[in-house]
Amino acid sequence: MEMKVERPIAASREKVWAALNDTETLKASIPGCDALEATSDTSFNAQITVKVGPVKAKFKFDVSLSDIDAPNSYMINGQGQGGAAGFANGSCAVTLLEDGEHTILAYHAKANVGGKLAQLGSRLIDGTAQKMADEFFSKFISLVSDEQPDDSGSEPAGNGQSGGDDKMAIPTWVLVAGLAIIAVLSVTFMA
Amino acid sequence: MVENGIGASVRRKEDKRFLIGKGNYTDDINVAAQTHAYFVRSPHAHATINSIDTGEAMASTGVVAVLTGDDLAADGIGPLICGVTVTSDDGEPHRAPAHPALAQGKVNYVGDHVAIVIAETLAQARDAAEKVDIDYGVLPAVTDTGSAADEGQQQIHEVAPNNMCFNWPFGEKDAVEAAFASAHKISTLDLVNNRMVTNPMEPRAALGEYNEGTEEITLHLTTQNPHVHRLVLSAFNNLAPEHKLRVVGPDVGGGFGAKIFVYAEELVVGWACRKVKRPVKWTSDRTEAFLSDAHGRDHVATAEMAMDENGKFLAMRVMTQANLGAYLSTFATMVPSYLYAFLLAGQYTTPLIYSEVKAVFTNTAPVDACRGAGRPEATYLVERLVDVAAADMGLDPAEIRRRNFIPVDAFPYQTPVVQCYDSGDYEAALDKAMAMADYDSFSARADEARTRGKRRGIGLSSYVEACGIAPSAAVGQLGAGVGLWESAQVRFNPTGNVQVFTGAHSHGQGHETTFAQLVTEQLGVPFENIEVIHGDTAKTQFGMGTYGSRSLAVGGVAIAKACEKLIAKGKKIAAHALEAAEGDIEFADGNFSVAGTDKAMNIAEVAFTAYVPHSYPEGLEPGFDENAFFDPLNFSFPAGTHICEVEVDPETGVVEIVKYTAVDDFGKLVNPMIVEGQVHGGIVHGVGQALLEGCRYDSEGQLITASYMDYAMPRADNVPSFDVDYAPTNPPHNPLGVKGCGEAGAIGAPPAVINAISNALGIKHIDMPATPENVWRAAQTAALG
Repeated sequence: MEMKVERPIAASREKVWAALNDTETLKASIPGCDALEATSDTSFNAQITVKVGPVKAKFKFDVSLSDIDAPNSYMINGQGQGGAAGFANGSCAVTLLEDGEHTILAYHAKANVGGKLAQLGSRLIDGTAQKMADEFFSKFISLVSDEQPDDSGSEPAGNGQSGGDDKMAIPTWVLVAGLAIIAVLSVTFMA
Repeated sequence: MVENGIGASVRRKEDKRFLIGKGNYTDDINVAAQTHAYFVRSPHAHATINSIDTGEAMASTGVVAVLTGDDLAADGIGPLICGVTVTSDDGEPHRAPAHPALAQGKVNYVGDHVAIVIAETLAQARDAAEKVDIDYGVLPAVTDTGSAADEGQQQIHEVAPNNMCFNWPFGEKDAVEAAFASAHKISTLDLVNNRMVTNPMEPRAALGEYNEGTEEITLHLTTQNPHVHRLVLSAFNNLAPEHKLRVVGPDVGGGFGAKIFVYAEELVVGWACRKVKRPVKWTSDRTEAFLSDAHGRDHVATAEMAMDENGKFLAMRVMTQANLGAYLSTFATMVPSYLYAFLLAGQYTTPLIYSEVKAVFTNTAPVDACRGAGRPEATYLVERLVDVAAADMGLDPAEIRRRNFIPVDAFPYQTPVVQCYDSGDYEAALDKAMAMADYDSFSARADEARTRGKRRGIGLSSYVEACGIAPSAAVGQLGAGVGLWESAQVRFNPTGNVQVFTGAHSHGQGHETTFAQLVTEQLGVPFENIEVIHGDTAKTQFGMGTYGSRSLAVGGVAIAKACEKLIAKGKKIAAHALEAAEGDIEFADGNFSVAGTDKAMNIAEVAFTAYVPHSYPEGLEPGFDENAFFDPLNFSFPAGTHICEVEVDPETGVVEIVKYTAVDDFGKLVNPMIVEGQVHGGIVHGVGQALLEGCRYDSEGQLITASYMDYAMPRADNVPSFDVDYAPTNPPHNPLGVKGCGEAGAIGAPPAVINAISNALGIKHIDMPATPENVWRAAQTAALG
């Protein structure tokens, strides 16, 4: 699977970077994210549960960050284990570009899935990942953007903490892809 | 003329139990104290196993045992074998990497067996299997057939440099090259024969029981050949001596080749039931079937035909790369070699043929026989190439075939590729099929279709295949590890009914009916008084099983020979009882009679006399029960012409088969209804390959078509009502005059379909499966869309 996406965000690059590094913002953006835990300055564990149809599945992701160039770019590498459901691993290059008052968030993700995920769900991975990514960014942008949409009932999360952990980038893509992958599990268990 | 004899479309005896839910399949069998097994399989295509921790799994609720490759090796069980040797071009036998039934240090495909978890329930076994902690060192995977042997590829097995199993040249290379050099025209075609998952309806299963008192293992298996299983498991896999191993193949729900082979799960279940001293049952789920059943086909080939100015074939050259998967399955080496290259003459007089087959290892499931096994690959290549040649020469596809057919008076015909065809009339089948298909008025139908925006195409496939396997001496010379005769026992009970024990195995073919028809025809015993018994090594004397369309052509003849022995013995008994000379006794319609008199005795009375021999010929053994073995003198060569007519919608790429005509030569038909069913099933199998089925691994070696969501099987709405007829010839070496019919449809159909689509689109070639997407793209390229 490969995904290349650019999304404009109505916020400064520094603000977007900070939000990307803020666990609370990300957690709020990702439905089903049970836990995000830093295991070092550049690594995390994440646990995500997604219910799709009749199925609930948990994925554990180990994520590491590299090539951190705040607030411009970084690399994410992740491996996820879903038990009998299979595994996923991949990488994602994230770049933030200034565009006037906006920021262009660009990411290029590559992932491989294995086990039952590949056997039963590979046909759906691309489409599902895309959909989940859209959902993630809608939420993320609503939290980060200076232009708050009318329907935003969510509380902006974590703005007060954004100065803190410069090196602490949250595995955005991995979580998104994780969700996508997990979505596919419904198919697995229904099959 | 007896009722229900040869030529009668008798309804199948076996269907009653299937229709009322009383079939007895392996998974239906449950025994006291039975445990359930679940296999831990590799999720990686290629990896070292750094460690396996079974501790947590062992501690799980209900777990009886967790066994790994170390346990198997410690008991000296295995490895799995490949039973046919192919000599590579370096003079060495094909490279045969070790094939442990449970991985030892390394896994080589997704689905490779790593451990077996045995528990009180299947759910407990599955749960515990998740807790087996395996540390894999993932290696790059090789999955692509065409590039598997390229320089710099990841090596899979140390014993197989460049991932090569064998490179097997056959034919007169120099003479072929000379013919090409002086040819008027050379036609060339690159093609792929798509990988298939065989997909019998019933998934594989195994139930192992060990009797500590007799030290005997009983294995119920989904097998097409119980005795072959027993022989291989005993002689090569060290499971148990033959006399302490009973293999039963009860009702089996389709095989199509996939249940010939001795699989890891079968050996491991047999071994594990003795180890845990409890019955162990394993049933594959559908995903496991996709992952671990042997797959079929998977060739990449280049074919060339040299012709003179009249379109007469002068020479053919074929370069083939065949994927054998990660390990060699039981008969893997034979399929892309002897069963393939020896069919490259097709129905034609092509005097010179040169073939080179490179067989490669990849990180994919093992590849072995699948309905047709090698012959569909050969036929597809030949019949597609012939159509390309016709286009290159500006000849009608029917005309170029006629110009090159082996003429009817040339049989027996020695081809340049070993096979000597015993009988055939190819022109007769072509003529009949063209008349039935209304071939000559096709262009009017094509014009009419255009007015509706459709492209109509017609495609011929004039196939010949070699089945009824096989003459033991011939296959022995080629490197087969077994003989391929068949055996039969025909036993009268004292009350006059008959039990027929056959070494063939029915898994849908209708043997219980067809074989009973043979016996009723020959012995005059009422059809309903005959029971055909197969599939149990404890009941049947021996047998090589069913595959290669062999059951009637080989096993049927063995039954006929046993019947002949009964008649001969019956004449002695009747002569004594009727107080006549043995030479005066005639046998017809179930009665022994004294020639020229009305003195007669029914065969049931003779049987009773043989079991109650109060007045009996001196020196003659009591009993009425005869054995016979039959080893054929040649293969069986069914042939025919199939014509497929399609309508393609260039806007959507959807192909509709609007008419399908099959005219086959199967020699004499014993049960025409069953034969027609075989033809229908075979055609649908072939249509599935041509239009729908494509097994795909991604570049990491993940199987991405492991369910019916992603692997399309043919359904009723993919095919029309078939027009089936026959153009029989008599095979002189077969005492019953019969030829095999089980695979012909799957062999004949794919080129007929693809020839029709190519014709419809006016293109040279489209690879299978011709899915709507592929056809739409081809139509776009051809600017038809």
